[in-house]
Parts: sequence; structure tokens; C-alpha cells
Amino acid sequence: MSVTHPFERLKPDRLHDESVGKGSRTPRSRRRRRMMELLLAFGLLLPSLVIFGVFVFYPLIRQIYLSFFLTPPFPGEPNHYVGLSQIQQVLSSHDFLNSLWVTLLFVLYTVPAGLILGLLLAVLAHQQLAGIRFFRTVFSSTVATSVAVASVIFFTLLNPQVGLFSYLFGTQGQLSVLDDPRWALLAVSVVTVWQNLGLSFIIMSAGLQAVPDDLLEASRIDGARAWARMRHVILPMLSPTLFFAIVVGTILSLEAFGQIDILTAGGPLQHTNVLVYAIYDQVFNEDNDGRAAVMTVALFLITLVFTLFQIWLLERRVTYER
Amino acid sequence: MAQVALKEVTKRFGDVEAVRDVSLEVEDQEFLVLLGPSGCGKSTVLRLIAGLDTPTEGIIEIGDRVVNDIEPQERDVAMVFQSYALYPQMTARRNIEFPLKNRGTPKDERERRVHEVADALELTEVLDRRPAQMSGGQRQRVALARAIVRRPEAFLMDEPLSNLDAKLRTQTRTELIELQRRLETTVIYVTHDQVEGMTMGHRVAVMDRGVLQQVARPTEIYDHPANLFVAGFIGNPPMNTITGSPHSQNGDLVIDTVGGSIPLTPAQQDAVRRSGVTTVVAGVRPEHVVLDPDGPIDATVAVVEALGYEYHVVCRLDDGQQVIIRLPAEAVVPREGEDVHLGADPIRLHLFDAATGHGLAQ
Amino acid sequence: MSAEVGTGVTMGTLAPGFRTFLWIALGAIVAGIGLLVASRRGSPHYRRRVALAGRYLLLILLAVIVLFPIYITVVDSLLKPDQVVAKPPILFPFHPQWSSYSTAWTQGHLGLYLMNSFIVTTVIVVGELATSIAAAYAFAFLDFPFKRTLFVLFLATMMVPLEVTFLTNLSTVVSLGWYNTYLGLTVPFLATGFGAFLLRQAFLGLPRDLRDAAKLDAAGHWQFLRRVVLPVARPSLAALGIFAFFSAFGQYLWPLIVTKNDRLRTVQIGLKFLANSQLNNFNVIFAGTVIAAIPLFVLLILFEKQLIRGLTAGAVKG
Repeated sequence: MSVTHPFERLKPDRLHDESVGKGSRTPRSRRRRRMMELLLAFGLLLPSLVIFGVFVFYPLIRQIYLSFFLTPPFPGEPNHYVGLSQIQQVLSSHDFLNSLWVTLLFVLYTVPAGLILGLLLAVLAHQQLAGIRFFRTVFSSTVATSVAVASVIFFTLLNPQVGLFSYLFGTQGQLSVLDDPRWALLAVSVVTVWQNLGLSFIIMSAGLQAVPDDLLEASRIDGARAWARMRHVILPMLSPTLFFAIVVGTILSLEAFGQIDILTAGGPLQHTNVLVYAIYDQVFNEDNDGRAAVMTVALFLITLVFTLFQIWLLERRVTYER
Repeated sequence: MAQVALKEVTKRFGDVEAVRDVSLEVEDQEFLVLLGPSGCGKSTVLRLIAGLDTPTEGIIEIGDRVVNDIEPQERDVAMVFQSYALYPQMTARRNIEFPLKNRGTPKDERERRVHEVADALELTEVLDRRPAQMSGGQRQRVALARAIVRRPEAFLMDEPLSNLDAKLRTQTRTELIELQRRLETTVIYVTHDQVEGMTMGHRVAVMDRGVLQQVARPTEIYDHPANLFVAGFIGNPPMNTITGSPHSQNGDLVIDTVGGSIPLTPAQQDAVRRSGVTTVVAGVRPEHVVLDPDGPIDATVAVVEALGYEYHVVCRLDDGQQVIIRLPAEAVVPREGEDVHLGADPIRLHLFDAATGHGLAQ
Repeated sequence: MSAEVGTGVTMGTLAPGFRTFLWIALGAIVAGIGLLVASRRGSPHYRRRVALAGRYLLLILLAVIVLFPIYITVVDSLLKPDQVVAKPPILFPFHPQWSSYSTAWTQGHLGLYLMNSFIVTTVIVVGELATSIAAAYAFAFLDFPFKRTLFVLFLATMMVPLEVTFLTNLSTVVSLGWYNTYLGLTVPFLATGFGAFLLRQAFLGLPRDLRDAAKLDAAGHWQFLRRVVLPVARPSLAALGIFAFFSAFGQYLWPLIVTKNDRLRTVQIGLKFLANSQLNNFNVIFAGTVIAAIPLFVLLILFEKQLIRGLTAGAVKG
């Protein structure tokens, strides 16, 4: 061993170095520390809270308030308090009920289809095949399309005179499918599902990765066929993801706007007049803030009820691992 | 003057009492081991000293001041964690200098100290690596270095060796002992490994279920355990315990057990009489049990374990209680199934109250 | 062959090329199923090959269907207007016409719109990250009264989307003088409950030991955040950033109602205007679409892995 053991050099200065801050020799009172922590927390949360207050909570409250007032036909005149009658009138109006119905149909058309297709693609792309990465990129590619992009593409392709799809389906010169009351909503739904396919695929793929391979192997050895494997292994393990996708997917579909605006502007004959578009219409075309306010509150409540209902209904069916 | 002192410290988490009424004084430059099974509260005590938790009752002193209300970073103690707690995105160098940087140590001073410590712990080559690129042993040394570089009043170590493989553990154990002697600093060391406890500490504080059982030098703990728990916890193979009741036999007090009657020294007899205990646990360490044809205890050999450097002979009494004997390698070893007689020098006997586990004073 | 499908639309003669395609597709599906069925018999080696063929067939078919609209868009953006509408349709641009892009960029102002989109999106992403980090830090590491209530409040904001609040927000923005300004386009989105939720989750995942060590090392809040928390939470930060970018870049309703002229229009709204103004210059419209889609596409290519990892880390596992 060397004359000076390396540890020797570490012998501390018995008086302790001053640069090692001793801090206060007197204990900072606990109260003051809590005060400072409180202040810090407040400061950190303040920006978010201010924005939420101004742009989320205040509007909600104000719109509830506005629901009780008739908007005057001419600007400048004061709003006229009418209590519940406006709410009653709007909620029972044909326009609102139609929008409600259209919105519900839209949710029904887009959410299950998007889920199932996303899952199907994810399962197919989950295999260990050569070049599977290419397919994965292709299947997730629509996530790069925004609502506007997808809508403009399909709007052009569905052009009744010269659009490609019109040509393919032999309907050139005739009514575009977007102008046909029977098919318009379906068409918009197809565009929506296509546009969401990428995201659905990515979410389902992420969820699939959580399914342990050894479980699948075991079931395969146990002789389970593809469908049985799906039912008993994949779906239960996937249930948190499915739950998430259903809840979030429903919320998003209730808020759909862009594709309606570009593809059909609510028509033909109000057949694609989803709630959000109807609200937009009330505000910008009818100038009726009062009615619009009622509808926004209705939309909010519907979203809330839907979500809570889904959570109540589905959460217990979800198998969480660990 | 004690370097670290706990005075009647209790810590409750909700209804659970993790630490109960612990009073302990650690001397300056002492290596104190807090030993006990998992869940006994030893880590909680360490955290209380560090300031990561505050005691529900009691006072903690470091140096000459009460630190109950002082933040961890101001207590001048450094801690080495079981998981090392190295900052994963920082190099070893950054990890080690982190505590200095936060305290405003000037750059050259920082670099000097980091180099000093890295040199001493043979970390110079890995200074610019991240924890993920180091071996377990290197990571452990970085954690150590980070603590040393601060030159604190006391080191707190929470099972720092438990994540190392056996060989590295023995090696590092010796290095840590050397380190503490050289640094002449106070170390409070938590472990569940009794070998570490016995070999490393100046004194050992044994804890069980939040309560301090005994604080003494290792030899004292081994030769005079204060209660059944300590007796059974320290020593491998553990101390043999046989339950029996005191019985007067020809004027002398003996302990009647299933295997036979155990004679006591006069002092022991006094102690038993004074305590008024009706059921006694007699304990004797495996190395003190002998095969004696005149021995008081009858037993049957169940298993003979040959370890190469010695034998462990496991014997059973009629009711299934077991007694283990350690025999040197060259001894004549009985066969399995043989009936034997066991005895021991009464001086080597430890007596405990069966009800409370307390040792009976002799 | 013609079939009546509801009032107003008759499925006339299907385009010959398309008819062929449909037959091929049908054949492929039948072949694929047949292969999969056939793969049940025969030697394992044979079965595997057959099943493999079936799988690839299915994958290719689906890939074609999914990719087709995008493919046609890109192809048609490089054709001349009369070529776009040619029948049978031209499926590959043998003489690409890049002029459509320059038209969309300059005449269609897409260059300006794209810049606006980038500015707005960047500000929103940076803002969201900053406020989410701050809020998540408070919720994860600090103690203060009403913590749980406040967190629920944050989560509740996810239930009140812009589509519900735009009515009031518009008048708020107008009265603040922010109408048709960058402020009006960005400020309402600088905070998000989702971000706070995701990051709080990530921060709470920090091992307790690291926190204790940092405390003993006298790391103040800022040092702790900067040197310990954020580096470890990098995947979640990336995921949030990417998600926020996609979300902000694709916004439609708000930019529509808050901008009134070219100066501030974002590329999504610009697309709509382009479609309306370019009428039959489909190649220009498609070129505009490609321009609008490229940023997100690039992001997807670069960050596909991070996106997935971030999703699995938080939201997907419930």
C-alpha cells in the first residue's frame, strides 16, 4: 500500500468548510416555509387558472345566463329576459331536435367503425412480417391529414361533374353524394372515419403492444383459433385502450365541425346539420346569440352525460392488469 | 458530546407506529449500525435523522442543535441510498458535484474536490459516463462520492451494499470500514444483514417493530443478548432455544424441558428465582453445545450438514424442537438417526422469560 | 349494369377501370380467404407459405384503400387541370407540372397562410408546455390546500371544448381588441387540462429516492425541475409537444371565426378559400392540400416512435 492511502486525502477539515453552506443556524419556522410553498404553488397554477377562468368557465356560465334572454332582432336593443321559455322553445324546436338526431347518427356512424377498423388494421400490422414497418407507416399516414385537408380532398374527389369518385361510381353529371339527403351524412362519416383512421390505428397499436406475447403464445399452444384468441386474450387486455378510445372518440365526434363546413355546410336540407354547425349557423347567419347559447349548453350537457354514462357502463368491464 | 442524538422519538403514519420511543446517541466518529429485519423501522429512523420525515414526537439533535425544524439540506448530513439515487441524465462528475454546485461552491474548489474523491474511489475513468453506462459497483461508488464530497457532519447509509453481488459486497464492506476509519467521521448505517452489523459497527443498535431492542458493541450483543429477539437475530446458525419450566431438584433449580433437565449456575438460579418466571426459554449457541454422554438433554440426530470447514448437526427433541450443533471438521460426527446426549457449560446458557422475551439478568 | 339506390342518385354504369378494380379486389379477397382456409391443411411448410401469402394480400389491399386518396391527391397535384379530369383517370404524373404548387403558394397565398399556422402553432405548443409543466410540478411536488379540487377543475376543462365556448370567447376576444390578431388566435389555448394531467402522471413516476437525494443535495425547485425532473420526463414532454402541435396545426373552427382576412389566416382556413377560389383548377387545390399536409407528415415520420411511447405512458393505460 502506498505511503499515503488515497483515503487520507479525504480527511475532512475538522472545523468543516465554510463553503459548505450551513444555512441558517436558526430553524426557519415551519409556517414561513409553508407560506412560501403555497405562494409558489399559486404562482405555478395561476397562468393556467386565469386562462381557464376566462376562456372555459366564464363562457360556460355566461352562456347559461344568456340562455334566459332573447336576442333582439336589431342590434342596440337590450336583451329581453324571458326565463325558461326560450330554453323550452329551443329544445323543442324542430331545428334543434333535427341537429340532435343528426349528431347522434354521426356518432353512431363514426365511432364504432373507426374503432373496429383501427383495431383490425392494428392486429394485422402487429404480425412479425418482413416490411411490416411500411404497412404501419401507411396505416398511420392519415394522422397527417387534418380535418380541412381530408375534407378538401374528398370534396374535390366527390365533385359531381368531374370528381374522380363520381367517375368511378358512374354518377357523373348527377347529384353529388354530398347533395343527396339520403347519403350526405354517410359520406361525411366516411370522410371522418378515413381521416381518423391513422390516429385510431396508432392508439390500437399502442394498446396491442401492452398485450403480453407469452399470453398469446400460451393460448396458441392451448389450441385457440384466431377468433378465440381475439375474444379471450386480446380484447380483455385491450380493454383499457378500447375504453379510452370509445370515451375520447365519442367526445371528439360530438364536436365535429370542420368537415361539415367544407363538405356540406349543414345541408342538404339540414341532413348534416350537427349541433356544432347549428350553433355556428345561429351565431353567424341568424345572429341569434340567445338561441345559440341554449344550444351550446345543451351540447355541453349532452357530452357530459354521454361521457359519464360511458364511464359508468364500461369502466367495470375493463380489466386492469397489476 | 454526541454527534447525533435521538430523544424519545416516535413516528406515526396514520395508525401505524413505525418508530416507538427511540432514544439513541451516536458519538462523534462512531460507526453505528442500525440492524433489524425489514419493516422494523430502521430506515424510518434514518429518514428522520436526515429530515426527510418529521418525528411525531421527540427531539433529534445533530451536533449541538435541535434539528426538528431544520430542512434536510441544512442539517449537514449526507445520505447514500440503497438504490443509489443517481441522477440518470447526469454524468458521474455532474452527479458528484451537484450538491456543491447547489450550495454555491466556486468552480475550482468544486473541481478539486470532485477530483479528490474520484481519485480516492477509483472513479476517474468513469467520471464522464452516465449511470446507465456504469457497473453496479461503480454506481455505488459514485453515490458514495457524492456524499463524501460534501464533508458532512454525519453519513447516513441505507443498505448501500444490498444491490451488489456477494463477492463485491464483501470487498466493498471492507473498503467502507476503512473509509470510515480514515475519514474519522460519524456514520449511521442501516442494514438487515447481521454480518454487516457485526463486522462494521463500533456499536450495533438492534431494532424490531419500531422498538430499539439493544444498543451495544458487537461482541456484547453476541455474548449477552438482551432479549430473545436479539438472541435469535444475531448469529448464524441462530441460537438454539429450548422452552422449559424451573423446577426444584435437590435444593437446586433446574430447567425442565422435554429433552431433560438443564442445570444452572448459582447466579442463574438466583436470577430465575428473583424473576418469578414460570416458563423459561434457555438459549445456547450452536458452537457451545457438546455431545456429552452424561449430558442432560436427550435428542435424536435428524440431519448432518457437512460444510467442509465444519459440521452442522441438527438434532431433534421428542417434541420436535431442534438443536443445532457446530462441530469442527476433524470431529467425530454422529450418524443421522442416532440417539445422542447434549450438554453445555452452564456459563454459556442464556435465560429468557418465555412470556416477554426479556433476558433474565445474571 | 345499373341499380337504383334511393332517390336522386342512380348508380350508373360503373367506370370500366373501376369495375376491373372491383373485380380484382373481390378476387383478392376470395383468394386471400381461400388461402387462409387452405392453410389449415397440408404440411406446415406449405401452410406457412400459404398463410403468409394470404396475410400479405390482405395487407396490400387495405394499404391501397387507405392510401388511395392521398396518392391521387399527390398525383393530381402534378397534372394539368385538363389531365386531372381526364377519363379514364391518369394514375401517374409522367410529366409533372410543378406550377400548381407555385400558384397555390403565391396566388393562393398558402405560403403566407403556412407561416401564420407555424407561428400560431409554435406559440401554442410552447405555451401549453410551459403551463402544463408548471401546473404538473405544483400538483406532483408541492403541498397546498384544495389540491385535489383544483386538479379536478383542471380535468374538467377537458369536458368544455371550444365548440361549446366559442360564442362567448369570440366576444371576449373582440372586446380585448384581439380580433384578427395572433393574440386572439393563441391565448385561449395556452393552457390545457390534458397537458397538466399527462405531465403530472409523468412527474409522479419519478422515483422517490431521486427526490430525497435532490433535497439533501440542496437542489432548489428550479434546479430540481431543470436537472432532475424534466430530463427524466422527456418522453412525456415530447408526446405532449407532438400532440399539441398536431392539435393546434389542425384547428379549424376558431381560426375561421377569429380571422377575417388574408393577413392572419391559417393554412387550414386558407385551404377552404383556395378550394372556393380555384374552382376547376383541381391541380392547384390538390397542391394546396399537399402543402398543408406536409408539416404534419414530416412530424409523423420523425416522431412516430415518441408519439406511441407517450401514448402508452399515460392515457392509454387508463
